[in-house]
Amino acid sequence: MADLSVKIGSLELKNPVMTASGTFGYGKEFEDFINLEELGGIIVKGTTLNHREGNAYPRMVETPSGMLNCVGLQNKGVDYFCNHIYPEIKDINTNIIVNVSGSTVEDYVATAERINELEKIPAIELNISCPNVKSGGMAFGVTNEGASEVVKAVRKVYKKTLIVKLSPNVTDIAGIAKAVEASGADSVSLINTLMGMVIDIEKQEPMLSINTGGLSGPAIRPVAVRMVWQVAKSVKIPVVGLGGIMNAHDAIEFFMAGASAIEIGTANFIDPAVTIKVKKGINDWLDSHGCKSILDIVGSLKDN
Amino acid sequence: MKKYILDLKVVENSSPHPRYCLLKLTHNSELPEMLPGQFAEIRIDGSKNTFLRRPISINYVDYERNEVWFLVAKVGEGTKTLAEIQSGRTVNVILPLGNGFTPLSSPKQKILLVGGGVGIAPLLYYGKCLNDLGAKPTFLLGAKRACDLLELDYFHELGTVYTTTEDGSMGEKGFVTQHSILNQIRFDRISACGPKPMMVSVARFAKTAGIECEVSLENKMACGVGACLCCVENTTEGHKCVCKDGPVFNINDLLWQI
Repeated sequence: MADLSVKIGSLELKNPVMTASGTFGYGKEFEDFINLEELGGIIVKGTTLNHREGNAYPRMVETPSGMLNCVGLQNKGVDYFCNHIYPEIKDINTNIIVNVSGSTVEDYVATAERINELEKIPAIELNISCPNVKSGGMAFGVTNEGASEVVKAVRKVYKKTLIVKLSPNVTDIAGIAKAVEASGADSVSLINTLMGMVIDIEKQEPMLSINTGGLSGPAIRPVAVRMVWQVAKSVKIPVVGLGGIMNAHDAIEFFMAGASAIEIGTANFIDPAVTIKVKKGINDWLDSHGCKSILDIVGSLKDN
Repeated sequence: MKKYILDLKVVENSSPHPRYCLLKLTHNSELPEMLPGQFAEIRIDGSKNTFLRRPISINYVDYERNEVWFLVAKVGEGTKTLAEIQSGRTVNVILPLGNGFTPLSSPKQKILLVGGGVGIAPLLYYGKCLNDLGAKPTFLLGAKRACDLLELDYFHELGTVYTTTEDGSMGEKGFVTQHSILNQIRFDRISACGPKPMMVSVARFAKTAGIECEVSLENKMACGVGACLCCVENTTEGHKCVCKDGPVFNINDLLWQI
């Protein structure tokens, strides 16, 4: 049995397997299928200052080895989260991490301040990479200046572990990661979805209500592994890797590329118990390769 | 209700119609309780362009034989692959999902179950459960042609059956909402499943007549458990997930233009 524990800033994970925001609800949706306490962390649905209805239906279209979505951060707002959802999930014995999003810097700050008050939330994942909202979201994550501005502002009010979720829809993701690191982030997670589009050729219309959506699933995995590899070489803070992980093999690619922990997203839709299988598979691989700790393979890649 | 991920074994996979397959599955231990109107997310193996599971209504549950049936319309590559699975193979299924039809307040209530096309699927099990409670449902089933009306023998065992076909080859000619039975019997409740224009039309009739009405929706979905928020329907309380808050909705809760 290898040691699977890792640290992300001051956040201690019993194992490096977390769930990606927007794919796992608030955890409770999956409690019939797995023991939630076996997870390293649960990153809950994107939370904004105010209630958001999200985008109109249709919001999803299946693609080769993946799917596009344009949900648009539907959630009931941070007060509802604090008053109604937090009490239901706070005693689950794992790290409950809140994904925080907003339209303005002030929104992000106000939401992060509220979450900072919650004793059993040890970290937030700052979402500067949602491609499905008109203002804010990804707009902050595609320039060094925008990313720095929002991270600096949130850092001032948020005292616990601050993970910043990066967008792949940029020219130089390592540059953004460095800007985020310099602005006080404890960690970066990547990648959020890649913007994509599918067309109904009979109707000559896009398949999604807002025309474009975010691509997720194994279709994006090689892009994600490449970006994790580039970012991990460029920053000193720990990197959380995600993007199309379906099994332990996929997860191990991310560790070798430099990720200290991983998130599983779209795979939860095909197998709601996949997270636990990935955790076990990582352990089995480490055991069979004589590794005592997951740290033995973090960034172990020998570049050509 | 607790949800399960099960590897079910194919007992029989028949093709009662060129566009449909009837998949009968069993399990090596007792199948969980399922309510009429609930559905399953079926994993499609061996179809290279199918990534997500397919949500399919529970057509029937035979607890004596320990079988669950799915009547599947062969719409795309995923459902066509499902239609080709041989007996003895296993199919990975998550069930039961969603909320079923609302129970009757009394078995004496007169209930009409309206189905169109493959939308008849959940009504068979619903009819069976109503029978078990001592209620006798009336079925109104519509299709394009007589040969498109499926499982009629089973429906006849459970209640009175009326049919409409667009070409007049069986029952009354036209759409379900044009059937004369709607003017002859005053029903207490109507439950409908079928193409959206049919359900809107049924909802309009029910609303005008002041009859309680439920419809079963089939918005495109990914997770099936209320996590991804993709399959939302506009309701009086905002966006609701068809998978978790439905698939059955009271028409008064929907924002349909009726």
